[in-house]
This record gives sequence, C-alpha cells and structure tokens, in this order.
Amino acid sequence: MSDVRATWYHSRVGDSACVPSAASAVPTTTVISRHSALVRITHWITTLCFFALLISGVEIVISHPRFYWGETGNDLTPPLFKLPIPASRALVPTGYGYVLPDQNGWSRYLHFQSAWVVVLTGLLYVIFGLFTGHLRKDLLPGKNDLSWQAFSTTLAGHLRFERPSEAEAWSYNVLQRLTYMFVIFVLFPLVIWTGLAMSPAFVSAVPATVTVLGGQQSARTIHFFVSLSLLLFLLVHVVMVCLAGFRRRMRAMITGRAATPMEHT
Amino acid sequence: MSDLSRRKLITTGLSATAGALGLGVAARIAQRYGLVPPDHGGIYGLGETLTYASQRLLTRHSLAREFPRSQISKPPFANEIPPLNEPFKRLQAGGFADWQLSVNGMVARPASFSLDQLKSYPPRSQITQLQCEEGWSYIAEWIGVPLSHILQLVEVHPQARYVVYFSIDPDWWESIDMADALHPQTFLAYGMNGDELPVGNGGPLRLRLPRQLGYKSVKYITHLTVTDSLKGFGKGLGSASPEGGYAWYAGI
Repeated sequence: MSDVRATWYHSRVGDSACVPSAASAVPTTTVISRHSALVRITHWITTLCFFALLISGVEIVISHPRFYWGETGNDLTPPLFKLPIPASRALVPTGYGYVLPDQNGWSRYLHFQSAWVVVLTGLLYVIFGLFTGHLRKDLLPGKNDLSWQAFSTTLAGHLRFERPSEAEAWSYNVLQRLTYMFVIFVLFPLVIWTGLAMSPAFVSAVPATVTVLGGQQSARTIHFFVSLSLLLFLLVHVVMVCLAGFRRRMRAMITGRAATPMEHT
Repeated sequence: MSDLSRRKLITTGLSATAGALGLGVAARIAQRYGLVPPDHGGIYGLGETLTYASQRLLTRHSLAREFPRSQISKPPFANEIPPLNEPFKRLQAGGFADWQLSVNGMVARPASFSLDQLKSYPPRSQITQLQCEEGWSYIAEWIGVPLSHILQLVEVHPQARYVVYFSIDPDWWESIDMADALHPQTFLAYGMNGDELPVGNGGPLRLRLPRQLGYKSVKYITHLTVTDSLKGFGKGLGSASPEGGYAWYAGI
C-alpha cells in the first residue's frame, strides 16, 4: 500500500472509535469518517454559489421572461414559450399592467462572480476526486451495483419510501451514485457550456460553442432547462436528506463524521 | 512532535508568503498588460477581473460571428429609447446635416467630422447579432466606417489605452480598451439593412461593438476622446454603466 493510500485508509477507518455505552444492552455508536474535508468544503461553497446563481438567474430572467429557439428572438418574434410572470422591462408584452424594478445590474455581477467561484471549486473537486480515488470509490457505481436486480431493488425501496439501510449512512447506493455522477458530469458541464454560449466575446473565439446548439437563443433556453433540472435535483436532495435523518446527514457533511448505531454482538 | 509542528509552521508560512507574493505579482502583471477593468473595486471586482482578463487573453483578435443575409431579423427590432433632448430634435429637424462627431484627447490631430465626411470614407458592412443583457437579440446589417479608420486619421498616441465615447444624451457614455477600439468590427454605424440607420436603432450615428452586449453600442454618438486613464471620467469607473450598477466590460 502506497503512502497516499495508507493515509487515505487511516482517514477513513483510523479514527473510528467505539464509544462505551452505559448499559451493554443498548446500541453503541460507531463514529466513522464519512466525508473528507475537501468534499465538505467544496460542497458548501457550491451550495452558496448555487443559491447566488439561482436568485440572480431568476432576477435576470424577469427582465425578459420569454424563450425562443434558434439564433435570435425579441418582442416582435413569436416565443417558444413564455413564463406567466410580470417583467422588469416595460416593452415586454406580459399581460400585466405593471413593471417590476430593474435588478439586473447586481444580479449580473453576482451571477458571473458565483459562476467563477463554482467553476473553480468544481475543478478543484474533480481533480481531487480523481487523485484520491473519491470519484471511483464513492461515486462510480460498482460492478454489482449495475446489475438490473441491484438497481431494481434500490429503486423499489425508494418507491416504497423505505428508510435507508445503515450501510447507506457511510456509502452511496446505486441511485445516489448515478444521480451525483449525472449532476457532476452532465448537468454542471451543460449549464457552464450553455452559459458560455451566450457570451458574445467567448463565442467570437470559439464559435462552435453556440453553433452546435443551434443558436444563441437555443443556448439560453437550454440554460434555463438545465438550471431547472439542477433546482429539481436540489429539492430532491434536501428531501432525501430530511427523510434519511437531517441531523445525522448534516453532521456528516459539516464535521465529516457519521454516527451509526450498531448492535453489540 | 515539536519537530513536526515546526515543519508544519514553516511550510504553512512559506506557502502563505508564496501565495501572497504570487497574487501580488499576478496583480502587477494583469495591471501592466491591461487585464484589470476600471470597475475592479468592490465585492464583485474578483469576478469582473477574471472575466475581463481571461476574455482579453482569449479574444483579443477574434471576430464576432457574421450571418448570411437571409438571417437578418424581420421585422427589424428597435428597443425603447430615452426621450430625445432638444439638441437632438434641432439636428433632426435639419435632417442631421449639422451632426458632428468631434474627436480629441491623446491624438496628434483633433478633428470634427460631419456625417457626409464619415460617409465619404470607404463604407464597410457586417451582418452581426445585437444581444441585449435582458436576453433578447436580433440580427441586422450594419453599415459604417470602422472606428480604427477614424483613429488612424487623427493619429492616436501610442500610449493611448481607452476610447471614451459620448451620446448626445449627456447621461449616456461608455468606453472601450484599444483592443476593442481597433477591432475591425467596431464601427461608427450610420446605416442599417441597406438604408439609413433609423433613430430607433441609434441613427444617425451609433457605435457598433458586436463582441459586447448591446448597452456598449451607444446610440447618437457626438464625441470621442482618447485617453490613457479613465480616472478623470465621471466617477472613474470607466463609463456610465458601472455608475448605474452594470459591468463596464460586457463581453460576459
């Protein structure tokens, strides 16, 4: 075992400690190192950035809540669809008799600043995840996971709203692994790509960014739907954390430790 | 144990010093090569500087996408315009015959150009997209004279770093760096879709800057000044946009 591996192994198991209980009949608690410091730090920076991007993104959309397909779109062209909300610009035909205040200035500053922070954080996370084996060990589904039977068992358990097994307090099941991989390697790259495809300066250097999407308005529409998917992920993620035990899961992601009650045998 | 913590202390101290020095050097280099935007102060300065610096390195000479004539937006779109002031209305009544574009600052030969003079230079056209920060866009053919042509005529000093441009509306002024000012697609546009530039789209004279969002393409241009520092203009943030809460650099 190499030094790096040894350190990694110790950090996972080495600090496990049996806490003696008052009576041997009650379950004792085993403290297991659940999340590494880098996973926890990048998780919470991403959380902060996500909320900043969400709020500022909503504010920016309010200035023109109409979506188009193709290269161009404006108040004179038929939209693909429009959001049933008032706008922060008087010229947009929303059907509402009033105009919301313009918040685009700070929203745009905040949107791009948060985008920079979350992209750099994501890069750090992926590089770290590749080097330490975090992505391979914790997120890539194992060979056994990918059998149809294992998959359907986990899915059926979820559909029956079964509480997660104790094993799931320190390792992800196949649905979680697939979802996290999808968010990290499909949704995040897609939202960054479609964001860049809306930048007139960036696409002047790399025109294919927008041409393969079918145009700048298509990029904007896809950006909107990918953001909605990320929001849906966030909602399901928070609901699942609550169902699995909010305090324990939060403690694991803040302190890094997961406590699982175990029977004395 | 004490050995270990001493070693830890030394490495932490060294890396902190190296980090601080590295940041200092990076800031110096960025400043020297013009990679720091004038609105770099404040809480959003980091994001703005990263965007401007990375795009300047990536897009110094790249060209905005141009489109076939068939993709020109029909009907042409004109955004809301602020109420036109008295000086504009007077010039409009005279068919813009007396419209003047004055150019001064760090130039060898300050000059003033009438619209007819601007139209006497070899006209150029581009079919490019105008993208608004709000999200809408349209494609049009823009006809005009490249800003670089005018800057050549007045002989810009080599130490010039920015061109500041002013609308006839005194609240409306912007500035760009020399990479954008000398860019072949940066036009003083006086025509659109084979015709005169309509007032609703910025006629009789508008700056056209297709690599940045629409708000940098200021309408009703009457004055340009060439400078090596933006400190003396307005609040020193580069243009009217940051004073109103919007980013100076709008390439996104």
